[in-house]
Amino acid sequence: MRMWAQSHLCQKQRHVISVLAAAFACMFLVLCASQSASALPAFARKYGLRCSACHESWPALNNFGLKFRDNGYQLMNDRDAPIWQNPGYWPITFRITPIWHRVSSTQNVDVYGPNGEGGYGITGTTIQRITSAGFDLSGLDFHTGGTLEKNISFYVLPSSDPTGAFHFESVNARLDNIGNSPWLNIRLGRFELNNLLSEKRTLWLTGNGGIYQTYHFIPVNDGNIFGQMGDNQFGLEYMGHSVDDKTRVSASLLSSNDGNVNLTTGSNSYSGFFTFDQAFDTGKLGMQRVGVYSFAGEAATYYRTLGGAPIPGSGIGNKGFSRVGFYGQFYFGPHFDLNVVTQHGEDNAWFGQGYGNAVATDGNGGTTCAGPAGSPGCPPNNTPGSTLPTGSRAPTWNGYTFEARYVYSPQLILKAVYEAERMSQQATPGTAGNLGNINNYSIGFRYNPFMTSRAGFAYFGEFNEFQQIGTGPSNSLGNATNTSTSELLFGMDFDF
Amino acid sequence: MTSLKPMRSIGVTFFAAMLGLLFVAGFVTPASAQDEPAVGPKPPVPFRNTESHVGDITGHSADGKLPYRRYCAGCHGDYGDANGENAVWLDPKPRDFTIATFKCRSTLTGTLPTDQDLFNTIGRGLTNSNMPIWNTFSKQERADLVAYIKIFSPRWEKEKAGVPITVPAEPPVTLESISHGQALFAKLECWKCHGLHGEGDGPSASTLTDSKDNPIRPFNFAAAGNDSRFKCGSTNQDIYKIFMTGVDGTPMPSFADVIQPNDAWDLVHFLRTLQVHRKSRENDILMAAHGVIPPYVEKKTGSLAPAASANEKVPGGGQ
Repeated sequence: MRMWAQSHLCQKQRHVISVLAAAFACMFLVLCASQSASALPAFARKYGLRCSACHESWPALNNFGLKFRDNGYQLMNDRDAPIWQNPGYWPITFRITPIWHRVSSTQNVDVYGPNGEGGYGITGTTIQRITSAGFDLSGLDFHTGGTLEKNISFYVLPSSDPTGAFHFESVNARLDNIGNSPWLNIRLGRFELNNLLSEKRTLWLTGNGGIYQTYHFIPVNDGNIFGQMGDNQFGLEYMGHSVDDKTRVSASLLSSNDGNVNLTTGSNSYSGFFTFDQAFDTGKLGMQRVGVYSFAGEAATYYRTLGGAPIPGSGIGNKGFSRVGFYGQFYFGPHFDLNVVTQHGEDNAWFGQGYGNAVATDGNGGTTCAGPAGSPGCPPNNTPGSTLPTGSRAPTWNGYTFEARYVYSPQLILKAVYEAERMSQQATPGTAGNLGNINNYSIGFRYNPFMTSRAGFAYFGEFNEFQQIGTGPSNSLGNATNTSTSELLFGMDFDF
Repeated sequence: MTSLKPMRSIGVTFFAAMLGLLFVAGFVTPASAQDEPAVGPKPPVPFRNTESHVGDITGHSADGKLPYRRYCAGCHGDYGDANGENAVWLDPKPRDFTIATFKCRSTLTGTLPTDQDLFNTIGRGLTNSNMPIWNTFSKQERADLVAYIKIFSPRWEKEKAGVPITVPAEPPVTLESISHGQALFAKLECWKCHGLHGEGDGPSASTLTDSKDNPIRPFNFAAAGNDSRFKCGSTNQDIYKIFMTGVDGTPMPSFADVIQPNDAWDLVHFLRTLQVHRKSRENDILMAAHGVIPPYVEKKTGSLAPAASANEKVPGGGQ
């Protein structure tokens, strides 16, 4: 009876799997055959250019796309103003990515005996590797942007997480070519900093590979969240460039709030972000571009309190931070290019001891710190009379990002990233010199089965391995081990 | 617990099969569709190695294939026949490289342009069209593209590029030269297409078509601002070349056999005054004369050449 049941079950499973397999096969074949998509990416359809004209591989820009963006989403021909657009034109693009996803990381888990004895609070914890896998979904982006009039443009990007919780990733308006000069362009709002290696246009989608660690690195126990040049920031940007976009310069005045809304942080703290880059024609090798950047600013460490709880927006006691670095985009012929970003970062010693983000934010203007400053979950507050521990010093570090791309054809790109973050001085003497160091590796591909100006679609696959020293689960001796996370993604990335 | 193992192995097999199917389908089906479009003509000539020579740079068609697909094929078509997927939406239509007729040349009408002409066109773009300014390319990349578009027409095998015309030094702008240019504008009947005030609204304007019978509009001089460009350049020398070489593939003829160089320069000076919103030497001189162009009094020697005879090139000839 039992054997019959097993056999029957197996037959039933096989039947279900066969049906599922057939259904998936049909789905994939239908999707693969759907080349005459009626979807309309916002800019490509306006100008009738293939995605590949502006993107080395969507969404990463090539030099022509960079010039298009720098001109305020204009080709600088007579077709830029909205008057040339069909009245039914609506400059919007949706992007969402269904995926198959596997995540594996080391975590502390309660120890249970083989029969369930022990457990939470009884037998202690151990370190195990937890692996999850299954079908998943990215968030949904609504990209909308374009010209309002010749040389006046906008960009708005409402973006959700996979559960549908929305925020405004980008909102800005631009005035370009003021006085008919490409050297005078300004924009106001929330925008991505002028990073040559754009994180918002990254080709990567994994959790740790989808951001550049160099743009977000914060030393362990450091309280300064405000120096993350990968996050979109609020501010006013001046940008200038030569007609052919080979020379580019920008300067931004930013609120030191890491792009959070509702003025929850400092009452008078600003940052500046400055870039300069220059492209060189090197013949058969291609167009090489090198540049420098500097991100320097101040952010609050002292929040006035009521009942011990920090008052949002009341931050004073500004302390400084800086990020400076080099970036380069090097082409080795038409197929291979290497992007390099370096960074030397430094935070004030107060940040190094955890001060700075007294009103911890959840990224949407809300707070996660419910209790008084310094209580669990809440960073310390630099109230009058506060002193630093003896020997405290400014934490410094160096970061390196290398992203290599092999463009087999405009439709197929192979890619790899290696990032290294290395502490050069810990905030507290005696701390292990390598605490917080990061190694981050990613490898993957993107394949666009068709190229038109009407829709974008890519099969993609990528693998990421992330390791950070001393930030992982604690071992039996109570010492923190290394964070170790790997992630594998396959899916279909599309915009329409 | 152990009974889950077969399910797990089946699940792993299932996933492996699905992923395999995904990538086989993804790489094979669309790739074949991309390489062999289901619609549209087949390539008129097989791929061959061609070269371009621009200064000391040699372009190679083999290296131009990749950027052509990336930047150009969407409009000009995979086979250079102006049949890209965007072509149907464009006005004016993209250039058909299989015919090898080009608007912007330094060579006489009906001849092939020089490599430098094509190189310049790519970097300059074509105003009043969807052809962008591709000045972010490296020079090598532009030269490679010039070499690549030559594979589409057998003309490049049979003919050599024409000889660039000589553009003589520009004489000083005077009220008299503007006046003479105005007389030429009337005598050569430029106004029939471009309109009396250069607004592109002459009596023939609505009837014009290009060599593929697509409607085409004459240039509107009056709409130009300070940053104005013509299709084939923006300087006075460029205007001179435009009507001395003609805009092949359009009704705009070459006047090389009709007027002398000095007359051509006078016409250039007058055309600049039609750009009323543009700051120029010509407009400064005209302003000093209170905006009035005096009537041109033809000298007895006569600087106007005889009108073109019936067997000479006619507008749109050489297509």
